[in-house]
Amino acid sequence: MVNIVGLEDTLAAHPFAADMDPDVLRTIAGCCSNAIYHPGDYLFREGEPADAFFLIRHGQVALEIHVPQGAPIVVETLEDGEIFGWSWMLAPYTWSNDARANDQVRVLKLDATCLRRKMEADRALGYELYRRFLPVMAQRLASSRMRIVELATEPRPIRARPKG
Amino acid sequence: MQHVGAEPPDPPALRHTADRSRRIALDQCAAAPNADASRMPPAPALLTRDGLDALLAALHADGFRVLGPTVQDGAIIYDDVVRVADLPVGWTDRQDGGSYRLERRDDTAVFGHTVGPYAWKRFLHPPLLRLWRAEPGADGVEIATDAHAAQPMAFLGVRACELQAIAIQDKVFLHGPFVDPHYKARRQGLFIVAVNCGQAGGTCFCASMQAGPKAEAGFDLALTELADGFLVEAGTARGAVLLDRLPHRPASEEEQQQAAAIVAATAAQMGRHIPDAAALPALLLGNLDHPRWDAVAQRCLSCGNCTQVCPTCFCTNVTDTTDLTGATDRTRRWDSCFAVDFSYIHGGAVRPAPRSRYRQWMTHKLASWVAQFGTSGCTGCGRCVTWCPVGIDITEEVAAIRAAPAPAAAAPAAPQSPP
Amino acid sequence: MDAMPAPVRHADPMVPRPFRITRVIREIDGVFTWRLAAVDGAPFDFRPGQFNMVTQFGVGEIPVSISGDCRRPETLVHTIRAVGPVTEAMQGLRAGAIVGIRGPFGRPWPIDAAIGSDVIFVTSTIGLAPLRPLILEVLHRRQDFGKVVICYGTRGIHDIMFEEDLHAWRARFDTNVHLTVHSAPSGYRGRVGGVAAAIHAARIDGPATVAFVCRSEALTRQAVNTLGERGVTPDRVWVTLERNMKCGIGLCGHCQFGPSFMCKDGPVYRFDEIEALYSVREF
Repeated sequence: MVNIVGLEDTLAAHPFAADMDPDVLRTIAGCCSNAIYHPGDYLFREGEPADAFFLIRHGQVALEIHVPQGAPIVVETLEDGEIFGWSWMLAPYTWSNDARANDQVRVLKLDATCLRRKMEADRALGYELYRRFLPVMAQRLASSRMRIVELATEPRPIRARPKG
Repeated sequence: MQHVGAEPPDPPALRHTADRSRRIALDQCAAAPNADASRMPPAPALLTRDGLDALLAALHADGFRVLGPTVQDGAIIYDDVVRVADLPVGWTDRQDGGSYRLERRDDTAVFGHTVGPYAWKRFLHPPLLRLWRAEPGADGVEIATDAHAAQPMAFLGVRACELQAIAIQDKVFLHGPFVDPHYKARRQGLFIVAVNCGQAGGTCFCASMQAGPKAEAGFDLALTELADGFLVEAGTARGAVLLDRLPHRPASEEEQQQAAAIVAATAAQMGRHIPDAAALPALLLGNLDHPRWDAVAQRCLSCGNCTQVCPTCFCTNVTDTTDLTGATDRTRRWDSCFAVDFSYIHGGAVRPAPRSRYRQWMTHKLASWVAQFGTSGCTGCGRCVTWCPVGIDITEEVAAIRAAPAPAAAAPAAPQSPP
Repeated sequence: MDAMPAPVRHADPMVPRPFRITRVIREIDGVFTWRLAAVDGAPFDFRPGQFNMVTQFGVGEIPVSISGDCRRPETLVHTIRAVGPVTEAMQGLRAGAIVGIRGPFGRPWPIDAAIGSDVIFVTSTIGLAPLRPLILEVLHRRQDFGKVVICYGTRGIHDIMFEEDLHAWRARFDTNVHLTVHSAPSGYRGRVGGVAAAIHAARIDGPATVAFVCRSEALTRQAVNTLGERGVTPDRVWVTLERNMKCGIGLCGHCQFGPSFMCKDGPVYRFDEIEALYSVREF
């Protein structure tokens, strides 16, 4: 049986919930559960319903893009203290990539259906969650753009010509 | 009247090479400009026109390669001179933005012109120079350099703005952490006969840049052309020694006053002005995004004429060439910051737009030069104005920015000197 | 101009010294490292951060930072990426070939500015080459510094240079290596992402940290900003910039940057010294 009070403390200790209003915290904690994944486990897969989002407590999670004609490509890894998964906020609420545990990963998993219902009922709660999600999304977007700049401006090395 | 348009003539082949190998006494090589300033100034002397011929003869006799103004290709060109008749006697020039014309004078003045497209830098910092040659050898490669010319040079007819230009290039090539051995070899032993300008050209603004029209320092002898002779001042001991060997007499008080009046009249005659030149670094570096840079870029052809005629521009590039024996020559040649490739690094040029290249040239010349070398890079000689094919006028560009500067708050801080 | 002039031995800074390539190491595709020894046998003294002008006779001359250990002056080390005609020709040279070296030139990394502080190195791909002598020297004098963190990013797992060094540094208990790649095959256990994320993950005391950054100029600003988020202010961030150095001695004008010539006043700068001009476009 999940101990709600213990979860609330765990949630409060995560950077995502820093300085969060206790009422909001309690409401969110009501949709929250602990989860553990083992190396290689999928946290979610592309196309599945986005029914949760995740706060990483310990471990490394790889965000992977499935490539039809080859092995999946890891495009970003996330670690302790970070959050991921925003498809739960946007219709049609399906995951647009895979997430996989690189090692033993402990997360707080927030039930999306539960949260969406509470946010619809309490717009202030919705605002608070958006306010915490948006900067993370913006930072990831900005960093992705800089990664494009880096890859685009890196000189293309000339391969050595085979002798003879 | 001759018209050469606004294109500097091709450089004539430098005629003097190894055939003149006479050496001069070491003390002449070692003399530094103004080294003996404390013993100066001896009383000014008066040299007749024959005395000027004697000066030329004495310099030749002492083993100098004597270079001075000549009339060639419709312009005043510095080249080898032997006698007064080689000089532009009875010639003057008329200059304005994008225009240069030689005209006959109604007298036989020897130095009755101002500066032409050549600057003395071509003799101290040659446009084309082999730096070394490498040949396959016992150790893999043998590298050798050309011996420096043994014959020292004498410049005759160096204007005040040009003395300043030489002093500026001295700072660049001799007084930094690295010395250019080629410049040093040419500069050592250089004998300078300066001339105080008897008239200012249409694009002259040396007075604004505190670079003229009177030669104040950096010469061995300085002449002021009077109606019937030359007032001569010695700037160094070896200048005074040479003067003693020439037919001369002490200049009268009246002649000295005449000479002073001539220089004063020239100073009042400047065709162009840059007021408060000391304020330029802060003004220009505070206006790096001024709309005027866009306006000037509409006119600028990026031809680089201004950098080639400028007496202080010193940029060079190198080219390696090989021959069938496997030898490599590295040749240095003048370059220009107006060339797109000038700033090329892998991926592209740092300054692809003409706007940024003109800004680079002008802010270097008038602003960042001060932080680098403790002096403006501009002497007010006006060559860049005259020889610009479209008549872009550096004084006008400064005035335009000054008339509508960016608000102080928006301007980036002026950079500090290099650490 | 083809007669052989008289051989002269002098300290002409424009004349290269012959060096023999003693070993060629393929780092990654298109990147190779040369070990060189002076033909005259004299040691080559330099300080971390300095560069040489390297000539392949008959082809041309390029600036290359020195990537060896300044405590081993008998071996000169250069790591070169083939991106243009000269570097492509250099890629074809084998051990035994003679090249010309002028240098060392440029302002070195100010290692003493970091004494007593935490040190973070931020770089990517071939940018590790100019930092390598500094990292080696910091590790030589390890007791002079606080925490030492190396943030190094590459395109993928096959683009990691100096892998032996990275393994050795990672094996030390007193050094943290944050290696990050932009993408990796599924199952890769390392960090995937930008260098900025590695900076965020670094365990440093920001206000007591000195940073040495060698990134392409497009990414330098981002590195400085990210370091700023960690409390490392621009007056404690040292960066290298890049212009087309031609002479290496401040006489040819090509690498001018405002009041400095990068070849002699740089290429290492404290970021706050150049911040204003750095943000002017096409300057």
